[in-house]
Amino acid sequence: MSLLEIKNLNKSYDDFKVLKDVNLKIEKGKIYGLLGKNGAGKSTLIKIINDLLTKDSGEVLFLGKEIGSFSKAHISYLPERTYLDKSMKVKEIVKYFSEFYSDFDCEKAKKLIKDLDLNIDKQISKMSKGMQEKLQLVLVMSREADLYILDEPLGGVDPATRDYILDTILSNFKEGSSLIISTHLISDIERILDEVIFIDKGEIKLTSGADQLREKENSSIDEIFRRSFKC
Amino acid sequence: MNFSFDNERPIYVQLANMIKVSICNGTYESGSKLPSVRDLALSAKVNPNTLQKALFELEEEGLIFTERTNGKFVTTDKKIIEKTKNELAKSISENFKKEMNNIGLSLEEAILYLQNLGGKK
Repeated sequence: MSLLEIKNLNKSYDDFKVLKDVNLKIEKGKIYGLLGKNGAGKSTLIKIINDLLTKDSGEVLFLGKEIGSFSKAHISYLPERTYLDKSMKVKEIVKYFSEFYSDFDCEKAKKLIKDLDLNIDKQISKMSKGMQEKLQLVLVMSREADLYILDEPLGGVDPATRDYILDTILSNFKEGSSLIISTHLISDIERILDEVIFIDKGEIKLTSGADQLREKENSSIDEIFRRSFKC
Repeated sequence: MNFSFDNERPIYVQLANMIKVSICNGTYESGSKLPSVRDLALSAKVNPNTLQKALFELEEEGLIFTERTNGKFVTTDKKIIEKTKNELAKSISENFKKEMNNIGLSLEEAILYLQNLGGKK
């Protein structure tokens, strides 16, 4: 059974079709890149998988069950924008996460926060934007989830922070679990992908193994993407 | 090992090549144990699945072998390592010859350049 299976998914905002008949299978133990331009439908798809938006039609099955509280307990989600309560201190947010998610590894989170040289008494609103993003990633990766979904984890951060983020993702996801990373910054991330999913104008245009695609086209995923979706 | 990748070629092929080089130059000695998949993947900053695939290729070629529960080891068969070294040397030489030809030099002239590498003129 697939970890996640999406069948004939459709979603519109008023008359505008954001997702058109999306079919997708996410298998266990793999890293997927959900690659598309701004406005391609990446975030909408991710929000539906996380049960934050309702679909118009189709099925979204997590381990064979329609998504809901069961899937939420097993999917760790990093939204595009931070949702942390900025009035909270670092230690309060850690406590909050450990109470909310039974799969949250408090010790791991504390260690990663220490590695960031972040004082646990610091208030989130007093941290830089980059630090807030790192903290949020640490919290998301400290869950022992079956599926991690990271929406644009590299958006708006400097190259050194990008390296930190990629390292943190690679060294902390639970063995045997899967990841979906959505991004339009392909060249930074393509090295760590098993599978790529190209999405454009709400439609899945291509799914392939990353190395297979490189072998077939003799180019980088970034180059193939640019060629396919020239503006 | 220095891990830097070219996104235009399959990552597993490049990884397998890097490990081959490390076996040829003795970084990973004949008969010695390789680091675990997870550790190797972390130091190369690649996905463990990709590393697994590279190791699978090397195992197919007989350069490494798996000892159940114990991990992966470099072959004790020195002939296989010699053969690999030979193949790598051939492909490096062919590339060199091609590039020298590209700038209009014959093989004989190219060899002269190689001989003069030691600083003697």
